[in-house]
Amino acid sequence: MKSFTYEKVNSAEAAASAAASNSNAKFIAGGTNLLDLMKLEIETPSHLIDVNGLGFDKIEPAPDGGLRIGALVRNTTLAADARIRRDYGLLSRALLAGASGQLRNKATTAGNLLQRTRCPYFYDTNQPCNKRSPGSGCAAIGGVTRQHAVIGASDACIATHPSDMAIAMRALDATVQTVRPDGSTRDIPIADLHRLPGDTPHIETTLTSGELITSVTLPKPVGGTHIYRKVRDRASYAFALVSVGAIVQRDGTGRVAVGGVAHKPWRVEAAEAEMPRGAKAVAARLLEGARPTKENAFKLSLVERTLGAVLTEAKG
Amino acid sequence: MATLSFSVNGEVRALKLDTRTTLLDALREHLHLTGTKKGCDHGQCGACTVIVGGQRINSCLTLAVMHEGESVTTIEGLGTPEHMHPMQAAFVRHDGFQCGYCTPGQICSAVAVLDEIKAGIPSHVTGDLNAAPHLTNTELRERMSGNICRCGAYSNIAEAITEVAGRPA
Amino acid sequence: MKFDTPATTNPIDQLKVIGHATSRIDGPLKTTGRATYAYEWHDRATNPAYGYIVGSAIAKGRIASMDLSRAKAAPGVIAIVTSENAGKLGKGNYNTAKLLGGPEIDHYHQAVAVVVAETFEQARSAAQLVKVDYTATKGSFDLWAGRDGAAKPPGRGDNQPDTTVGDFSGAFASAPVQLDATYTTPDQAHAMMEPHASMAAWEGDKLTLWTSNQMIAWTTGDVAKTLGLPKENVRLISPFIGGGFGGKLFLRADAVLAALGARAANRPVKVAMQRPLMFNNTTHRPATIQRIRIGANRDGKITAIGHESWSGNLPEGRPETAVNQTRLLYAGENRMTAMRLAMLDLPEGNAMRAPGEAPGMMALEIAMDEMAERLGIDPVEFRARNDTQVDPEHPNRPFSQRQLVECMRIGAERFGWSKRHAEPGKQRDGRWLVGMGVAAAFRNNLLMKSGARVRLDGQGRVTVETDMTDIGTGSYTIIAQTAAEMMGVPLEKVVVRLGDSSFPVSAGSGGQFGANNSTSGVYAACVKLREAVAQKLGFNSADAAFVDGQVSSGNRSAPLGQAASDGELTAEDSIEYGDLAKTHQQSTFGAHFVELGVDVATAEIRIRRMLAVCAAGRILNPKTARSQVIGAMTMGVGAALMEELAVDKRSGFFVNHDLAGYEVPVHADIPHQDTIFLDETDPMSSPMKAKGIAELGICGVAAALANAIYNATGIRVRDYPITLDKLLDHMPDA
Repeated sequence: MKSFTYEKVNSAEAAASAAASNSNAKFIAGGTNLLDLMKLEIETPSHLIDVNGLGFDKIEPAPDGGLRIGALVRNTTLAADARIRRDYGLLSRALLAGASGQLRNKATTAGNLLQRTRCPYFYDTNQPCNKRSPGSGCAAIGGVTRQHAVIGASDACIATHPSDMAIAMRALDATVQTVRPDGSTRDIPIADLHRLPGDTPHIETTLTSGELITSVTLPKPVGGTHIYRKVRDRASYAFALVSVGAIVQRDGTGRVAVGGVAHKPWRVEAAEAEMPRGAKAVAARLLEGARPTKENAFKLSLVERTLGAVLTEAKG
Repeated sequence: MATLSFSVNGEVRALKLDTRTTLLDALREHLHLTGTKKGCDHGQCGACTVIVGGQRINSCLTLAVMHEGESVTTIEGLGTPEHMHPMQAAFVRHDGFQCGYCTPGQICSAVAVLDEIKAGIPSHVTGDLNAAPHLTNTELRERMSGNICRCGAYSNIAEAITEVAGRPA
Repeated sequence: MKFDTPATTNPIDQLKVIGHATSRIDGPLKTTGRATYAYEWHDRATNPAYGYIVGSAIAKGRIASMDLSRAKAAPGVIAIVTSENAGKLGKGNYNTAKLLGGPEIDHYHQAVAVVVAETFEQARSAAQLVKVDYTATKGSFDLWAGRDGAAKPPGRGDNQPDTTVGDFSGAFASAPVQLDATYTTPDQAHAMMEPHASMAAWEGDKLTLWTSNQMIAWTTGDVAKTLGLPKENVRLISPFIGGGFGGKLFLRADAVLAALGARAANRPVKVAMQRPLMFNNTTHRPATIQRIRIGANRDGKITAIGHESWSGNLPEGRPETAVNQTRLLYAGENRMTAMRLAMLDLPEGNAMRAPGEAPGMMALEIAMDEMAERLGIDPVEFRARNDTQVDPEHPNRPFSQRQLVECMRIGAERFGWSKRHAEPGKQRDGRWLVGMGVAAAFRNNLLMKSGARVRLDGQGRVTVETDMTDIGTGSYTIIAQTAAEMMGVPLEKVVVRLGDSSFPVSAGSGGQFGANNSTSGVYAACVKLREAVAQKLGFNSADAAFVDGQVSSGNRSAPLGQAASDGELTAEDSIEYGDLAKTHQQSTFGAHFVELGVDVATAEIRIRRMLAVCAAGRILNPKTARSQVIGAMTMGVGAALMEELAVDKRSGFFVNHDLAGYEVPVHADIPHQDTIFLDETDPMSSPMKAKGIAELGICGVAAALANAIYNATGIRVRDYPITLDKLLDHMPDA
């Protein structure tokens, strides 16, 4: 871990100005992913801005009937919130499927969205990685790829996004509120937050330098049956091989987002039109153009079969 | 370097630290409270679990300087060999450990898990999200899954926790 | 004490302390965080410097150049040790690869430098500034590719690479029912919770190492050999070990680099190997390819059994002895086993919990299940029909005790085996396909010389000192029980001190030989102490009784402590073994039963029930013995369902080299586990009449799971781990 200076800020303005004055600064809140990466010098900020004092730790009603979740709300708090459990069960379930109790107590809503990939080649600094060291190549391609992306990947990167929570947020059509160093704010639809790797896998989100997530807003509840099904080798404390987050209405329509398959939470709205026709039809559309490796081709049938189980469960 | 003042096991402690020092290393290397263990240093094993402000966390993935004014409880604060915490005594009785290295983390986690269930926090295996979770073997095992025990004492650990929770094993 | 005739009645048979389910005497220390592990000796070195290891970035080749200038200039750096400035280093008797690499590199993450700094944070940061340029050369990293060129390894004592009895190929060819199948087991990691860690302090040319090590005498010798010191100048202290499983049998890089770092820094240095380095830097259980052929008559009698195994290792490394159990476990007149060893440039392969039998039983016990099905015989019954009470390769050698069939039958009854559907894929519970599986458990009992010293003080307190280690096995407690039983005192009157090279040399912890041998060494020392006590009190030593803190002979009686009233009494002895292990085959036996569910949609596997029945001689402490067995069962679950060091066959390293990537079972994977110990004493094994159990528990578990998965789904997977991707294409429609 490289040396850094540390500062605790008490207002968004102070956070913004601290970020503006140091291009190699990073915000830190829960720290559960950032410190992990700093120990390996995959992240090397020279200045840390501790944003835990900003007060973005409330879950409040939003004007349109939804909920506004402060960026600093811890994963445990969010999953346990009565309103989330009642109206956004998918989100609660996805959060509880992730990490461990200890990590969920620290990890924040914004930090969870901004997690970096768990690709083992990204984590091993001896290996080339376009995400870690742009232009160095991708050691995962042609290597051990059981966990890697099957769709939306590129010749530069086949990493997946590891978040469970983000899958639920994507299916729920959340929007992300941010503030930039110049004080301006904006709303980013969750669909536009994460990027596909393309030629620039080191650029993972559409956030600009120093831009800080202040909250995530859920639209008003859409009802339906909420199911998050995470498939993994061990029963807990493991990243997903694949996960399926679904909201299924009584008439069989609904929404589906999938994790463990791509560089971002994977949702294809056009595929959802196929939901009344069943999992096979949805999966075919959802995974159209997939380019799996020999080791991870199983994810295609796993998505279809898991989705099938989810739709069956939703029917009751 | 930075300064830090916080409460550890009920005692106020002041430290001057490299900002890079994790809470775990502050406890182990600076306060010599070595009961909290470093198993992986990357949040992948749970051996470093401590209770901060009533909540269990991995002390390896948090900077010490971020805990100014906070209250930390480590395994040493739960009990002593002469006066063990009920959870510590139950681990001994049920042989809920072997090599002992993950044990402080398991015990800190177990104490916090019972509080989490009491507080109504759901888990991955909770059947009805809108009801209070029950204290079942399945619930305990899911909630304890962030604490790896390579010796494989899990079955006995579950019995120790169940006993402390006041239910038959 | 020489143990060369079968044990008769002795003070251990009183079973006043031995044989009771006793809580660990070190439990209060461990559960309150007061047990001191290798990196934690703050009171012994008040100002240690911190070492951080740099691992090789290539698997094979040479260091072309190293630039230490930036690292040396980094804040707090005191010294950097590399092969260039370390001086001449030897290689330990128990090491295959050098512990400090350079200029030649033998494997990925082989240590190439240690950076010593004032603080951990400074050392870690400076280590990243060590710049190494490598010239990589082509290596061999693929066991399958190396299989055809694999050579016959040299034999070691009784363990020869090949054995043959009768006419295997003729008998197999003419057998009416045959099985010829190939199984694979992957490379596996010990992944103990405490990383390899050491603190070193020099006083002149004398070195003290506080370390985490299973075998104190081996490692003391290898420290001396590696550093070129007389053995007397090396002191090892290792009273608490945060798990080993074979990974801490040997001297490893943490200890060598702490010692070299401390010499260079001229002050105590401590080094804990960073977790992401452990998987490639240290040893692992090597992968195997195993071909098993079984021929049988239609009545279920095996007529031919053949087992071949291929594994890989670095030059001078040894094979994984996966055919061992097949030489002993089942009857059959025509037999063959063979081991071949391929040269691979992966990290060093070596012992992990039940080396040989653990991966061997993973394969053999699937084969037995397959064969039973072909014969249409229940798998419990099939094993019973092929029981043997003698070593099948040497029929003049009986087993000292062999209750395999009893284990299987009792287990079947307790587990409700009769409820199993013989036809697979027939039991459904909601979304789950449910199946049961069984496997035999088998592991040899090893006899090793083991010594101890016992002291008696005026208060009647008994102190035991031996370099035996407690790696979670319960050594402290069973040694205390042994001394209490022998000296007629309550457990509270016994102090046990372990893991110090200044104590008498013991068997150490490995190969499930620790419990029986170390307690037998304590028994021997206590016999001597009893004689000394009797003599001191003027009693006839032959008939003196040691009961309740009193020594009695005829109508005379005196408090035990009186014998030491004018000074401590000390006795030291070792147990040494004669030929009983040659005349009698000593093994431990068991049966594993598993019930599990396989999700019909996702093929996720979740265990419902587990039972192990063990026959392993006298159980010294049922509480700690149960822990050994459930722990081994849990590791067997990992082997069956998730554990695999994934090899990058281009660059030659284990890719998933941390505890997120190398998954081991968590709480949620493990249901309540039942264990049953059969009543058994083995007078051939030792005066304790005990045998090992810690490794028996892992042998066969994984196959029981594989067989249960087959029973649940009808899908036979012969390549471990059995992950859902291997089932998915064959699963029925959900």
